Amino acid sequence: MVTTAYDEMYLANNGGARTQYRRYSEWLAVQPAERLAQKRAEADALFHRVGITFAVYGQEEGAERLIPFDIVPRVLPLEEWMRLEAGLKQRVSALNAFIHDIYHDQQILKAGVIPAEQVLCNSQYRPEMQGIDVQGNIYAHIAGIDIVRDDAGEFRVLEDNLRVPSGVSYMLENRKMMMRLFPELFSEHRVAPVDHYPDVLLDNLRSVAPTGVADPTVVLLTAGAHNSAYFEHAFLAQQMGIELVEGQDLFVRDEAVFMRTTQGPQRVDVIYRRIDDDFLDPLVFRPDSMLGIPGLLTAYRAGRVTIANAIGTGVADDKSIYPYVPEMIRFYLGQAPIIANVHTWMLRRPEDQAYVLAHLSELVVKEVHGAGGYGMLIGPAASQAEIERFRTQIIATPERYIAQPTLALSTCPTFADAGLAPRHIDLRPFVLSGRGREVTIVPGGLTRVALTAGSLVVNSSQGGGTKDTWVLEN
Amino acid sequence: MLSRTADHLYWMSRYIERAESLARLVDAHYRMSLLPHSGDTLAESLQATMTALHISDAYAAKHDSIEPRAVFEFVSLDRDYSGSILSCLRAARENARAVRGSLTSELWVTLNSTWLDARLLAMRRSPDVDIGQFVEWVKERSHLTRGVTIGTMLRDEAFHFTRIGTFLERADSTARILTAHQTDLEPGADATSVPDPYQWSVLLRALSAFEVYRRVYRDVITPFKVAQLLILRDDMPRSLLRCCKEVYSNLKSVANEQSAETERRAGEMHALLHFTRMEEITARGVPQFLESFLARLRDLGDRVAHDFLVPPAEA
Repeated sequence: MVTTAYDEMYLANNGGARTQYRRYSEWLAVQPAERLAQKRAEADALFHRVGITFAVYGQEEGAERLIPFDIVPRVLPLEEWMRLEAGLKQRVSALNAFIHDIYHDQQILKAGVIPAEQVLCNSQYRPEMQGIDVQGNIYAHIAGIDIVRDDAGEFRVLEDNLRVPSGVSYMLENRKMMMRLFPELFSEHRVAPVDHYPDVLLDNLRSVAPTGVADPTVVLLTAGAHNSAYFEHAFLAQQMGIELVEGQDLFVRDEAVFMRTTQGPQRVDVIYRRIDDDFLDPLVFRPDSMLGIPGLLTAYRAGRVTIANAIGTGVADDKSIYPYVPEMIRFYLGQAPIIANVHTWMLRRPEDQAYVLAHLSELVVKEVHGAGGYGMLIGPAASQAEIERFRTQIIATPERYIAQPTLALSTCPTFADAGLAPRHIDLRPFVLSGRGREVTIVPGGLTRVALTAGSLVVNSSQGGGTKDTWVLEN
Repeated sequence: MLSRTADHLYWMSRYIERAESLARLVDAHYRMSLLPHSGDTLAESLQATMTALHISDAYAAKHDSIEPRAVFEFVSLDRDYSGSILSCLRAARENARAVRGSLTSELWVTLNSTWLDARLLAMRRSPDVDIGQFVEWVKERSHLTRGVTIGTMLRDEAFHFTRIGTFLERADSTARILTAHQTDLEPGADATSVPDPYQWSVLLRALSAFEVYRRVYRDVITPFKVAQLLILRDDMPRSLLRCCKEVYSNLKSVANEQSAETERRAGEMHALLHFTRMEEITARGVPQFLESFLARLRDLGDRVAHDFLVPPAEA
C-alpha cells in the first residue's frame, strides 16, 4: 500500500530541514501568519489584474479562473537538478530519434525492440508523415516531461508530453510573483533564473526554419481567446515578439503559408502551433475543424513551412509506448537511462493482466489515450463499484489500459485552510530542441501541487495548483 | 501587422472613447439635475441626446417614461444594453484580451482592471449607487488608458490603428451631440440669441469645452459660437477638424497598396474643415452639414475596415 511519502522540505523523524531548505525554513518560522495571509491575498489579486487566468468553458463572458498559486516554493539542490537535466536531455534526444526512425526506416521495429503493431496501429501514428524530412530531424521541439519523486527519494518519469505541452507561462509568472511578494528571499538565496525561456524558445524555433530562409518569420498559432490556455499563448507570443495568429489569419498559396496583414499577405516560415494535429488542416484531418488552415499539410510536406511540434509526435508520448522509452535510450544512444520510468504493467500482456486484476485495489490504472487526470482509477482511493467497473473494461479491451503502482508522490508543505500541510507534488520541466543546438532546459520547471489532502491528482483541471520552483546555485 | 489584430485594437479604442463620451454626457446631465428648476430643460436635453445617440428605443423597451435617474443608470450600468458604459468597458476589454500580446502590459492591465472594477461595481449595485462618482471614475479610467497608450506604446501600426479608432469615435460623438441641439442651429436662427443657457452649457461641459469656450470667446454662450468651436477650431481637442486631422495623419502612416482612395477621402474631409468658414456652413445649414459629415464619417469607417481590418478573403 501507500508508503510514507518523501518530504521535500523536512528530513524524516524530526531531523529538521533538508540542506536546500535550511534558510527558507528559518525564514518561514519567523513570518507572522498575518503577513503570509496578506501576501497570499495579494498574489490572488495580482493574478486577476494581470489576467493570468484560464477561461472556463460555458460560463459567462469574462468568467475566468485562477490556477491556485502556493507561496511555498519547491526547492531543488543543484546536484539533483544537474542529474535531472542530464536525464531529460538524454530522454528527449532518444524520443526525437525514435520519431524520426518510425517515420523513416523503422529500425527499432525491425530489431524487434518494440512490437510493430504497437506503433503502426496506434491512432497517433500519422502515415502522412512517412518519409517526410523535417529540419534537423527534430520533431518534439518543446517537450514537457512529468517527473515525480518516489518514497525512496528517486526521480522517475511519469509521462512524456510531446504534442502541445502547456504550463510554461505559469513557471515564468510564478517566479515573477515570488520576487514581487518576497524580494528578501531572493537576496538570501541564489535562485537560478528562468526568465530567458522565451529567448531560448525563439532561438530554437528560428533554427528549424526551412532551408535558405535567412530571417524567418515565426508565428504562434492559437485556437483563440476562448481556449483554456489562451493566456499562455498570448504571453509567449508577446515575450518572443511574434504574431499570435488564429487559423483564419493564415492561408496557403502555391504551397506556401501567408498571414493576412494590414500591408497585404506576408510569408510565414515557422508555426509554433498550440492546437492538436487533428485541427491543423481540415483537408487532411478533421474536415469540421474551423481552427486550421486548409492546405497547410501540402506546404508542410513540400518543406516550405516548419510546424513545431511536428505532426505525429503523439505516437511517442502515448502511454502504450511509454514503457519502451528506456529501451529507446539504449537502442539509439547506447546509454543506460539516467532517470527511470515508473514500473508499468501492459494489460494486453496476459501475465501483466492477471497480476493487475488480482491487485486492482493497490494500483493506478490509466487509459492509454487519457490525459489531464481523466479516465484513471486510483485503486486505494476507489470504491468497490469503481474497481469492478474498471475490471469489466480491462477484460473487454485490455489494450486500452496500463497499470502502475500507486506512487507515494513526494510532498511539499503547502498552505491549506488550516495552515501549512504536506501536499503531493510533481514537476514538469520544459525541454527545448533545435537544429545544431544542444538540448536546453531552463533550471526547474513547473511544480504542480494537489491541493486536496492526500490527493495524487495535480492537474489544474482537477483542483491542482502550482508553486515556484527553485534550483539553488551553490 | 495582422489585420485581425488591427481590427481588435481599433475597436478597443473606439469602445473606450465611447464609454468616455457617454460618461461625459451622463455627468453633464447629472450635474444639471442637481440644479433647482431644471426639470423641463433637463428632460428636453435628455430626450434630444438619447435620440441623437440612438439610445431611445433600447431605453423605452425597459422604461415607460424618461426619468433622469433611470436614464443615468440605464446608460451607465445596464448589463443587457450593449450600448451602456458597462458594456463598452467590457467590449474594450474583450478586444484587448484578444490581442493582449500586441499591447504593452501596462495598457492591458489598465483595461483589464477597469473592467474588473466596473463589473464588481455593477454586481454590488445598490439603489443609492453614486452615478456622479461612477462617471467621474470612468472619465479618469479613460484618461488613464489614453495616457498609458501614448506613454508606453511603440509608434508603430498598432498605435496608429488605436488612434484611428479613437478619433473616428470622437468625431462621431461630437457631431451627434451637436445634432441633438441642432434646432437652435437651423438656418435663419438668430445668431446672437441665447435660447437656453442651461442646455448649451451642458453640451459644452459634456465635451470638456465650457472653460475653453470662456477662454476663447470671453462672451455669453451662443449656439453658433459653440458650433464654430466644436467644428472648426484646430486647437480644440474634441472638434471635428481636430479629429479629422488626427485620422488623416494616422491613416497616412499605415497606408498600403489599396488604401489610396481612403486616404484621399480622409484628406478631403480634413481640407474641407480646414478651409471652410463658419458663415459658409451656416448659410447651408448646420444640421445639413452635420448630416453629411456623419455620412462621410461612416463611409470612412467602412473603408478603413475594408482596406486594413477585414480584407476580403484571398487565396
